Amino acid sequence: MLDKFGIAKRIAKELQDGYYVNLGIGIPTLVANYVPEGIEVILQSENGLLGIGPFPYADEVDADLINAGKQTVTTTNGSSFFDSAMSFGMIRSGRVDLTVLGAMEVAENGDIANWKIPGKMVKGMGGAMDLVASAKNIIVAMQHVNKAGESKLLKRCSLPITGLGCVKKVVTELGVFDIIPEGFKLIERAPGVSVEYIKEKTEGNLIVVGEIPEMILD
Amino acid sequence: MLKKIVSNADEAIKDIQDGAVIMLGGFGLCGIPENSITALVKKGVKSLTCISNNAGVDDFGIGLMLKTRQVKKMISSYVGENAEFERQLLSGELEVELIPQGTLATRCMATGYGMPAIYTPAGVGTEVAIGKETREFDGKMYLLEHAFKSDFAIVKAWKGDAHGNLIFRATSRNFNPLMAMAGKITIAEVEELYEAGELNPDEIHTPGIYVNRIFKGSDYEKRIEQVTTRLKA
Repeated sequence: MLDKFGIAKRIAKELQDGYYVNLGIGIPTLVANYVPEGIEVILQSENGLLGIGPFPYADEVDADLINAGKQTVTTTNGSSFFDSAMSFGMIRSGRVDLTVLGAMEVAENGDIANWKIPGKMVKGMGGAMDLVASAKNIIVAMQHVNKAGESKLLKRCSLPITGLGCVKKVVTELGVFDIIPEGFKLIERAPGVSVEYIKEKTEGNLIVVGEIPEMILD
Repeated sequence: MLKKIVSNADEAIKDIQDGAVIMLGGFGLCGIPENSITALVKKGVKSLTCISNNAGVDDFGIGLMLKTRQVKKMISSYVGENAEFERQLLSGELEVELIPQGTLATRCMATGYGMPAIYTPAGVGTEVAIGKETREFDGKMYLLEHAFKSDFAIVKAWKGDAHGNLIFRATSRNFNPLMAMAGKITIAEVEELYEAGELNPDEIHTPGIYVNRIFKGSDYEKRIEQVTTRLKA
């Protein structure tokens, strides 16, 4: 089974040289720490920064320079700043190659829910609805089950939808799943996790074809 | 002779009345018009509709106006950092309209560009689409979203001049130039105020035609929501 760092590490293997990538808050942000050697990716922050650098040293913290998670960051060689309309312009017009975000639920048809729990939690969608409506490739990074132990990979989302049929891949602590017309296709198992266990924890249609390899992280 | 410079925030906001629709620039606490928010709290205007990406935190930014119950309605994309906001919302004391961040930005842009509406794919098939006109272009569905109408836009810039030209700094730019274009009356507070001619025309982000009033702010706290650092090796 993977911890959150393992999930981030596995997603980092999907990065390709020259990609423009938007990383959501939480586990997705960690993906930046595992960019494979020899590959250059440019991180987009929807609050108006292309080319996110590492976190600042304590003596270079700048209140005017934050990422979309409101954390202090730095720029890097080749960075640029822009306003929020242009930021979503580059997202909407398909310039961002990969979007990684968290979710509360993903359905077997690629629907995603991650912005609201009616009557309980109302944080808002932020940029998520814009991102999922336009991104070319969307990977969801999330825990396989919720706090009550119920599957988050569902036949249909029960929470208010963020976007329809947009998720291409899901990485959880149990495995990697491609979303294909028939449902969640198991691609890799996390170390030490059996196909049977994944089946038990997946409510949506799980497709298992042949021998499923265990993922190799390093 | 252009007379855009006012002496302080109190003077800049003096004609904002109860029930006004106000845009406030900023993303989180980054690039928010601190001086003007303080002045609005002091003036005590009520029943405001605030259009701003976020709602501040409990004791800073728009959170200060929520605490004093000056806000009737918030139009935002993300309000997760504010417990008082969530409490007022769930109890029904506060009206809220949550809209996608890109839609929020583009609706400001549309106003400033003189366009009545835009089409966006964000929110298609979700609660956001309820009651909205949809249209298909090249096989993909889009929502019709209208340009904002607001009485005032209040923005924060790094540098400004007597003509109202503005320059923003780093990611504190965010919604500020868009809202500056979208106010019926636009108020800009700046850290540094210059004479006309002192700023390089090539470096202006917001041309002064969009700005009605400008003043030099003071005592900026620039609070950071999440100071995140790395250790020196």
